[in-house]
Amino acid sequence: MSQASANAMPAAVSTDPPVAKRRNLNRGKVGMACLICSEITFFGTLLATYLYYIGRDISGPFPHEVLDISVAPMKVVFNSIFLLTSSIWIVLAVKALRKGNIKMFGFWWLLTILFGVEFLVGTGMEWYGLIAEDGLTIRTNLFGSGFYTVVGFHAGHVCCGLILLTIVFVLTACGFMHKRHAHKVDMLSWYWHFVDGIWIAVFTIVYIIGYV
Amino acid sequence: MTVLDGPNRELQKASGHRATFFSYLHEWVATSDHKKLGIMYVTSGLLFFLIGGLEASMMRWQLAWSGLEVVGPEEFNRLFTMHGTTMVFLVGMPILLGVANYLVPLMIGARDLAFPRLNAFGFWLFLFGGLLLYFSYFGAQGLYGMGSSPDVGWFAYAPLTERTFTRGHSTDYWILGIGISGFGSIATGINLITTIMTMRCPGMSLMKMPLFVWLMFIDAILIMIAMPPLTAAQVMLLFDRWLGAQFFDTGNGGSAVLWQNLFWFFGHPEVYILILPAFAYVSEIIPVFSRKVIFGYPLMVAATIAIGFISLGVWVHHMFALGLSPMVNAIFMGSTMLIAVPTGIKMFNWIATLYGGKLRFQTPMLFSMGFLTQFLLGGLTGIMLAVVPFDWQVSDSYFVVGHFHYVLFGGLVFSIFAAIYYWLPKVSGRMLSETIGKWHFWLLFIGFNLTFGPMHVSGMLGMPRRIYTYHPDRGWELWNLLSSIGVLFQIAGILFFAYNVINSVLRGKKAGDDPWDAWTLEWTTTSPPPEYNFSEIPTVHSRRPLWDQKHPEDPDWKYE
Repeated sequence: MSQASANAMPAAVSTDPPVAKRRNLNRGKVGMACLICSEITFFGTLLATYLYYIGRDISGPFPHEVLDISVAPMKVVFNSIFLLTSSIWIVLAVKALRKGNIKMFGFWWLLTILFGVEFLVGTGMEWYGLIAEDGLTIRTNLFGSGFYTVVGFHAGHVCCGLILLTIVFVLTACGFMHKRHAHKVDMLSWYWHFVDGIWIAVFTIVYIIGYV
Repeated sequence: MTVLDGPNRELQKASGHRATFFSYLHEWVATSDHKKLGIMYVTSGLLFFLIGGLEASMMRWQLAWSGLEVVGPEEFNRLFTMHGTTMVFLVGMPILLGVANYLVPLMIGARDLAFPRLNAFGFWLFLFGGLLLYFSYFGAQGLYGMGSSPDVGWFAYAPLTERTFTRGHSTDYWILGIGISGFGSIATGINLITTIMTMRCPGMSLMKMPLFVWLMFIDAILIMIAMPPLTAAQVMLLFDRWLGAQFFDTGNGGSAVLWQNLFWFFGHPEVYILILPAFAYVSEIIPVFSRKVIFGYPLMVAATIAIGFISLGVWVHHMFALGLSPMVNAIFMGSTMLIAVPTGIKMFNWIATLYGGKLRFQTPMLFSMGFLTQFLLGGLTGIMLAVVPFDWQVSDSYFVVGHFHYVLFGGLVFSIFAAIYYWLPKVSGRMLSETIGKWHFWLLFIGFNLTFGPMHVSGMLGMPRRIYTYHPDRGWELWNLLSSIGVLFQIAGILFFAYNVINSVLRGKKAGDDPWDAWTLEWTTTSPPPEYNFSEIPTVHSRRPLWDQKHPEDPDWKYE
């Protein structure tokens, strides 16, 4: 039915065969989305375990005795506000980078890092209080095992994020950052949003549902 | 060995230097080429297969007759633990990831995976995870002297795995070895998803992908979702053992049932992670050897997605004997029955592909037929086991052992051999011997059925799994003897296979680009493919681009 040249690659089929439309998905975005999915199932397992053990402890300290959910400075609610607002700063940072405004990018980026550091320091102080004053360690009871595992893994992820953010900040300070890096930096912001999102789940389960 | 010719080799030849052992080693260790990594994955998987098979043979020797003392009870525990762990994590996983690594980019017309270095990282994590597990034979007692391997079973039920009950480091080696290779699997799974989503050649819409790619896509998604929960459970177990946490410490309110839930929430999708690649291989091989297009392509895709979904919701059927509420048991009985529907759809589609075809019974097709029959039997006993009262009768008996070996050995391993006979000519550029291949198939087929068929009977007669010996008055000897005799046939079959592969790679008949007259993109490039796969990225118009090229007067795209 046509004048095909059969020795070429498959494109050789004649008479304009239909070529399906190509959708350009970015591999960085897909890869990061997949990583976040698998991280969610990881945290999901830890949180399911935590939920399962709520209220099953025979001996204390119990969550309502030692967890401080007042809005006082350097307590968990206060720290959470810092972590969650850092998500706003990172959005503004990426926006600035997209426009090519490196100075503003650096400013918002540094603010993100500082807010993240505040959260980590706050968590550290909370843990110090729990261990030194309340005597709650990972081996005390089920609450201790679950609490330190869940909150600890989250803090670990915050640490990871902060290291990556700091690397980017150092590169920015040395003048290596450019508008064209915006979509790569954006991937890092996805990770940071994920860390924040997971904290909402952790906070809800550990400090609200588990507050018994 | 044409397969080993890389650009470095050519450079060295051109400059008059002979490749030294170290340049050769460097080329393989430092590679991020998906084809080299695929070859290394499958090769190491096959080596672990020999080790795992050796462990199984030791157990069959021990059980051949009542009262034998080939290995002691402790050694027997180690053997079945290492056999199960090896076969699932160090044979099934690397081979399926390796074959996907090699073929997915070729089939979608890409030059590599999306993240080549992550790919290499995933492979080395797997390999060293496996070696760490086997290092336990030397180091698991630490400074106490003799080593010993894990002996807690491949699903490592708590609280047996707690420090109170398992001293020494063997369980820690199990946790760390499997955990590390699991990280590698997650990395490669994410890599495959990204590759398939972003790197298909022009014209290859999702519904024009070869079924192989579809199945590996769903498989990779399952890996991404199901492996992290195992890692999380293992982390909790590790915290129990080393930091004194109490997750699975039943003495302090921890729950042994929780471990079972977490393990099987990974463990059941894992079974489908292992069997979907088998579907992938036969879905490519059966059409080519029937000279027909696959029957019901859209339905095959839909069934694959359905299996992926349902497989995440059936895990409690491993725990029917636990005494959960009748409601929970009934729900999971229903979902387990439900998953047989899409699997049945696939079965019928393969049979419909065979129907009216011009069948060519070469070795890949023979192994695919072995897969169809044996997987069908395994699937049917699976439906029997889904019925709660029946499961109560035979749970943890040899009936279950027979069942899952029909699925994983009769299904997965047979399809892996089909895949090796089908695609090795592409990888090495040389054909495998048909004669030896037929010997391999028939010996393995007879040996397999002789080993695992009688297990259904001994299970029905009440023989529990994981016992190291039994009394002579139970009437189990004959069935066990038959099972053990079957192993000899299997060993003979595997020896034929090993000879066939080595012989073919060294001095087999040249294969040419397209020895099977097949239709997918990997056969358009040379055998072995060049490092860049395709000199020009192909454009496809149908599910069978090579058919379109061979038959320009009657191309597929007019009908799809």
